[in-house]
Amino acid sequence: MDSRRAPRTVIDPKVRQVGFFAPPDRAQPDPSAASSSSPPVFNSPSGNSLSPVMIPPARPLPFPPLHLSPFRRRSSGESVPAGSYNPSAFASPIGSLKDFDGSIPSPGWGHRGTSGKHASSLPSGGFDLSAVKPNSFPAISLTTVSMVNMPAEKDGGLSGASQNEQSANAKPLKEKTSKAERRALQEAQRVAKIAAKAEGSKAPPAISGSVTSGTVKPAKTAKAPFQKKDSSSVAASEKKGGDRPPDKDKKKDVPQPRLQFDDKNRVEKAKKRAVVKQTEARNRVELFRHLPQYEHGTQLPDLESKFFHLDPVHPAVYKVGLRYLAGDLSGGNARCIAMLQAFQETIKDYSAPPEKALNRDLTGKINSYVSFLIECRPLSISMGNAIRFVKTRIAKLPLTVSESEAKATLIADINSFITEKIILADKVIVSHAVTKVRDGDVLLTFGSSSAVEMILLHAHELGKRFRVVVVDSRPKLEGRLLLRRLVAKGLSCTYTHINAVSYIMHEVTRVFLGASSVLSNGTVYSRVGTACVAMVAHAFRVPVLICCEAYKFHERVQLDSICSNELGDPDAISKVPGAQEKSCLDDCTNSENLQLLNLIYDATPSDYVSMIITDYGMIPPTSVPVIVREFRKEHFWT
Amino acid sequence: MPDVHALVNDGVIKLKKRKIEGSKATAKLTAELLRSVISQQRIPHTNQAGALIDAIKAVGEQLIAANPVELAVGNIVRRVLHIIREEDLSLTTAAIGGLSLAAASDDEDDLERDHPALSAAAIAAAARSTLRPPSLQTLIEDMPSSAAVPHASSSGGDSEEKSKSADKNSRSRKLKHNVIEAVNELLQDIATCHEQIAEQAVEHIHQNEVILTLGTSGTVIEFLCAAKEKKRSFRVFVAEGAPRYQGHILAKELVARGLQTTVITDSAVFAMISRVNMVIVGAHAVMANGGVIAPVGLNMVALAAQRHAVPFVVLAGIHKVCLHCNLVQLQSAGSFSGNRLQDYCLHN
Repeated sequence: MDSRRAPRTVIDPKVRQVGFFAPPDRAQPDPSAASSSSPPVFNSPSGNSLSPVMIPPARPLPFPPLHLSPFRRRSSGESVPAGSYNPSAFASPIGSLKDFDGSIPSPGWGHRGTSGKHASSLPSGGFDLSAVKPNSFPAISLTTVSMVNMPAEKDGGLSGASQNEQSANAKPLKEKTSKAERRALQEAQRVAKIAAKAEGSKAPPAISGSVTSGTVKPAKTAKAPFQKKDSSSVAASEKKGGDRPPDKDKKKDVPQPRLQFDDKNRVEKAKKRAVVKQTEARNRVELFRHLPQYEHGTQLPDLESKFFHLDPVHPAVYKVGLRYLAGDLSGGNARCIAMLQAFQETIKDYSAPPEKALNRDLTGKINSYVSFLIECRPLSISMGNAIRFVKTRIAKLPLTVSESEAKATLIADINSFITEKIILADKVIVSHAVTKVRDGDVLLTFGSSSAVEMILLHAHELGKRFRVVVVDSRPKLEGRLLLRRLVAKGLSCTYTHINAVSYIMHEVTRVFLGASSVLSNGTVYSRVGTACVAMVAHAFRVPVLICCEAYKFHERVQLDSICSNELGDPDAISKVPGAQEKSCLDDCTNSENLQLLNLIYDATPSDYVSMIITDYGMIPPTSVPVIVREFRKEHFWT
Repeated sequence: MPDVHALVNDGVIKLKKRKIEGSKATAKLTAELLRSVISQQRIPHTNQAGALIDAIKAVGEQLIAANPVELAVGNIVRRVLHIIREEDLSLTTAAIGGLSLAAASDDEDDLERDHPALSAAAIAAAARSTLRPPSLQTLIEDMPSSAAVPHASSSGGDSEEKSKSADKNSRSRKLKHNVIEAVNELLQDIATCHEQIAEQAVEHIHQNEVILTLGTSGTVIEFLCAAKEKKRSFRVFVAEGAPRYQGHILAKELVARGLQTTVITDSAVFAMISRVNMVIVGAHAVMANGGVIAPVGLNMVALAAQRHAVPFVVLAGIHKVCLHCNLVQLQSAGSFSGNRLQDYCLHN
């Protein structure tokens, strides 16, 4: 990643500049692509003097990015050309979720089900080769291109701008747009009109007016209430563009409230704009009224049939959304990579309308895609961070560059994000963590985490002798997939349900857990059940090691698992597979006294965590806000 | 006696084949079986209690061996043994008192000839022991006296057999009678344990409570429903308790009785316990050191409750109170697992 910070001439050591300060000349034409080829984890920017309180970044990578470490051997079986998006992934039937045929997908990112066999070959096989070259992004195969029929007219009425030619191009399709979409179109037009007015009064150029209106009228824009990071990050980019006093950034730091699902008005408004019309589930738990809960599985056939008719959403994003909805794609890394690659697709196919600025328009498009994805499944924190990154990059595009160059830059940036933040980060994590595995260890893991799986396999390949206890939990039973993959590689494993964890903990020496995110107070936000395992491990004095990439860190603070969570399918609890006599709850699900609660995440307090292994090293939980503060800025906001 | 043996074998087979499920039912079966053994047992004139005890021990060992997991069997056997000893003691002390009063003149010279000091001491001790509550001191004092008393009574009986034989028979009948009465009381207790525990429900559940439970237990159902009868409004979170999923059964039952129930997975216990006021569970057995043997998963719940300072209430009938201490987790063949609790509250 390149640095756009011009050299600072005067640094007063007592004053540490917080926030953003514009470099003297913004229009630096330095190509961002050149730096991506060998990105160090931290850039040592030329001439960038550091303030004394900043942590010096110059730590060389443990190995060059092109190094094929031995544990990548396993993915040689899936020979997918680097960076290509396997077209069969698009055509893979969504119905075949649960069958696990004999082939072993790469331990990639904790995929569930293996119709994602193709897709799972994608992340690991896709990026380990010479794919660090940013522009070696091979052409997408023809099938996918052909599906993209109308690149220019793909902008839906949901985007914040470019309405005029929308209506013009969308004329033949107008009879297909539903009333909700027309209404959304009108709202968007109204918003853009206000934005145009606001823009006219503003001096600095290239400020996305939709952003202003976004911050001004959060309720109106479709995106802002959904995405606190959305508007905050876009607001940040707006500020970056001009000279802003630092105090404005404080507004950014306070996160906008997410959509309050217990507020009926807002929910109604959101529903009108929705593309995916989900029906709310019955028997909602009172305690979780603030979270969305929808009937699962009802939308899938409907959306599948609408695939070729749904214009506002790019097919790549649509596919990813459907896979989220079906539960085919799960795991923080996998979801994030899939989403970013879908965005790459859209950027590729994107062409800006003539009178609109690229930044603003593209940002609006990304917003609409993000809201579609949210409707399919609420975003994970890692995805939120990635979206913020993409939007920052878009906003930072210099105006003088041509469209194709801008697109190439963006695509390269996204590539480098994936490579650095996810793939290489995982390698670093593995190299750190295997030092913690000794001979004779009994390692316990919960659920299925991609990072932990890689650690175990790598340690096994290094020849260490240990055995693994895989703890699983209902209703997803993700541990079974991990178990299969480990056993196939020859590790000796024990499999148990989470209830027995206190029974088996006395013989465990280390606990390795994955995380969906780590919050600023050291709380680990991860799959439900992680907190129980960590608690029991703590009671037995077994060290708990969390393996988490740094891009998943977040500055939020969460005190318990109820303020923010995700609710899964409640019917998954009442159905007990394989035991008909035990599915006695099925009959009485209609009773109003009975509620079923299927939490997806929970928050593990930091005192249960011994150490967090990230790509920045092995840190205690108290160092998480430091990393968030120091390194996030360098990478996202430079 | 073929009758009794047949009964005992029958019971043993039932336990072995697990035809009887649940600690309450096994306790009832055991108690009834022992009662019939006692009533059929022909006891000698001397050392009646000892004979009864031996007989019960023999039968009890068979029963325990048939189903070692079900600790209620052993508990009931030990309780019956305790009943026998107690009844015997109370009878002998009463007899000593009666003996000294009624036949003081007759046996005085005999007693004095044989055990002069002892008899006086024995009488005094017996008199004292009936008045004082049992303690270590009384137990130690009573032991030589009880050893001497049958001796004395037997010697008295030998010498005054005719006059004492009627007394003896009545005493033996009395012992059996008392023991059987006590066993009946025990059976009564077992049968009504749910009701007795449920009566205390209202004291512990107030309005707008949130209660967490795991697995299923008849006692818990009765407890919660009793509170509901008394118009307390509360909600229940039921953890499903895989792999047997007994939580589902409990939830269905509670819903049928009109309680607000939410079913959660076991992994969500830590997430939800911060919003819970009280944890109420049933147990398989309660150990002498306070440990609880309960369906698997309860240790996790207990740790979480301790962390969040949530009161942890265990409901157990008297047949579940065990005399062992559990120092290590029980390596049992069944689907139960040992459980260590730091903090518990016992209801009887």
